[in-house]
Amino acid sequence: MTLERFLIIGAILFSIGIYGALSKKSAIAVLMSLEIMFNGISLSAVALSRYTVPYALSSGVDSASKFLLTGHIFAIFIVTIAAAEVALGLAIIIAIYRSRRNILVTEATEMRK
Amino acid sequence: MTLGTGTEEAIIVEIVFWVIALCTIVSAIAVVQVRDLFRASLFLIVTFLGIAGMFILLRAEFLAGVQLMIYVGAISVLIIFAILMTRDIEDGNPSHGFRLPVAIVSLVFMGIAIYTVSQTEWPLLASQSLSPEQISQSKAVFENTIPDTAQMLLRDYVLAFEAVSVLLLASVLGALALVREK
Repeated sequence: MTLERFLIIGAILFSIGIYGALSKKSAIAVLMSLEIMFNGISLSAVALSRYTVPYALSSGVDSASKFLLTGHIFAIFIVTIAAAEVALGLAIIIAIYRSRRNILVTEATEMRK
Repeated sequence: MTLGTGTEEAIIVEIVFWVIALCTIVSAIAVVQVRDLFRASLFLIVTFLGIAGMFILLRAEFLAGVQLMIYVGAISVLIIFAILMTRDIEDGNPSHGFRLPVAIVSLVFMGIAIYTVSQTEWPLLASQSLSPEQISQSKAVFENTIPDTAQMLLRDYVLAFEAVSVLLLASVLGALALVREK
């Protein structure tokens, strides 16, 4: 139950993020929903690395106890990529705002035409 | 500070866990439901803080610090800055017409994910038949996670580490190129 409740909270956060990312009109709200999804995923990764046995440890590889922290490495890379994504996403939003005076994702349809 | 016997500590940890879980999920729902975009970004900070608390409960103190510095310190400030710069607050935080189908899709996904999580037989640390020295090594890893994290990051995953630094540089240059006045 201890592992499952963390994973369930991660799943709930991911679903809230899906709902926000698909239903919001404002590009900044979509970006914030993406951040909620990233957080749910990294919470799940850290919970898995805290409670489950990595394959290398159960098959008896030497000095395999460090592989208990694989989920932490995943979380660090997720945080880094989220930072890069936010920097680029906000730059794109500001560029869109300069040319259109709004940031509604339903209005920015030039690439479709 | 002592918290009394072991059972009391466990109860306190349970209470802290449920309080943090409730705060995290309620503020995450508030992010997608609140009308005002600026208030939504403040609820997003509460969500980030809740996740940092979860990391501390999972013995990932380094990650909790990273979460505080990067999400609460940097990303939320960037988002608030962008909200203020685009002056989109008056328009609120509208949804478009596909709101109900999207809600159904995300609820179905949540149901599938929770069902899968609860049906899977996880190879738990507590139930696995590990040798005594493996168990003591695992306990030592979670006593202080920073040395092993550093070893993994800078030895086993050093290629990904360097690639991510190039990615960050590229995204900074790309952001500068995008917002530069022509």
